[in-house]
Amino acid sequence: MRILMKFFPHATPLLYGLALLFFSCNAQPEATGQSQQQFDTAWPAPDSILQGIPIYATFDRIEPLFHIDNDTTYIINFWATWCAPCVAELPYFDQLVDAYQGQKVKVILVSLDFPRQFETKLAPFVRERQLKPTVVALADGHYNDWIDKVSTEWSGAIPATLVYKGDKTEFIGNPVHAVEDVQAVVERVQ
Amino acid sequence: MKYYMLILSLALSFSAIACSNNAPASQDGAEHSTEQTYGIGIGDKAPDFKLKNVDEQVYSLATIKDDNGNQPKGYIVIFTCNTCPYAIANEQRIIDLHNKYASMGYPVVAIQPNDPAVQPGDSFSAMQKRAEEKNYPFLYLFDEGQTVFPQYGATRTPEVFLLDSNLMLRYHGAIDDSARDAEGVQVKFVEKAINALEAGEVPNPATTKALGCGIKTA
Repeated sequence: MRILMKFFPHATPLLYGLALLFFSCNAQPEATGQSQQQFDTAWPAPDSILQGIPIYATFDRIEPLFHIDNDTTYIINFWATWCAPCVAELPYFDQLVDAYQGQKVKVILVSLDFPRQFETKLAPFVRERQLKPTVVALADGHYNDWIDKVSTEWSGAIPATLVYKGDKTEFIGNPVHAVEDVQAVVERVQ
Repeated sequence: MKYYMLILSLALSFSAIACSNNAPASQDGAEHSTEQTYGIGIGDKAPDFKLKNVDEQVYSLATIKDDNGNQPKGYIVIFTCNTCPYAIANEQRIIDLHNKYASMGYPVVAIQPNDPAVQPGDSFSAMQKRAEEKNYPFLYLFDEGQTVFPQYGATRTPEVFLLDSNLMLRYHGAIDDSARDAEGVQVKFVEKAINALEAGEVPNPATTKALGCGIKTA
């Protein structure tokens, strides 16, 4: 709760109650390991959860995820099911989860799918692929307001990947062609 | 004394680097600007090109006319394609831009930068088919060999480079503030920039960002 307070100092107790309600209602067994994995960290509370996928309506709701100041390295990839090069590099992010098993490295896939396709495309895709990283979705379509907040190096093209630990950040603006590409970046921020 | 010499030479080399960074862009516009890692920045001169249109004719900025047959007052260069969902979501907006501004002196010049070997849906014949189906009123050029988009520094589709009559880059970025949904548009960035040029003002914002599909290369 103290962690929640840190990120949402202005939220009312009512909001907490609602959020808790969401968590308890949606944390069904069908949500595989994903929901369990995400809630044991200092994560911002989502606006809703769709079949185990936390959904953030606006960037400011998910923004704390980009500023977690601890000794964990975060690998955050922006993708969409409609983006072929994004889908092609997903196996490398699965491999990263395996490679850093037991280490303080977290792999997160932020889906930028069309919100109208969250249920029809994103959720079935995540279920069928059994993706190992934690998957969240961001619905904020006012890109010019938030792309620079992820990285000023980011043009808005996807795929794109941000790697950070504390205040050390590195941005990958191209498709990843090997798991080693990302591991080299992880070593640099650690 | 040696230390002083070392420091002095270091300082000189630093200032040389700083100066070259601040130098104005070279004539071909391919010089790196201070804001971007490659391509052209605001105020740089855009490189001209010779690219094949869907009508099989070769066009360059120097030969393009506006809808009245006059030398354009500016060029709405847009890197876009057939296949990207964000390009498709902006297709009608691109048609509307041309229909509104080509007669005012600002034609749309669309360039398809993807490598068809990687993205078959963006082959030249697929471009011709799409242009015919949707009755594109603007040039839809094929960046065959992918030589033009890197000179501009384009990274995604769709991506706009608004040039003035001297081919100087005056606005770079998204068509509007809601690339995903036309219904959500609040600010029409390109229209705002053209209005600024018409009024003899500097476009503000001069650069914006939006989600798009990374340009496909082999």
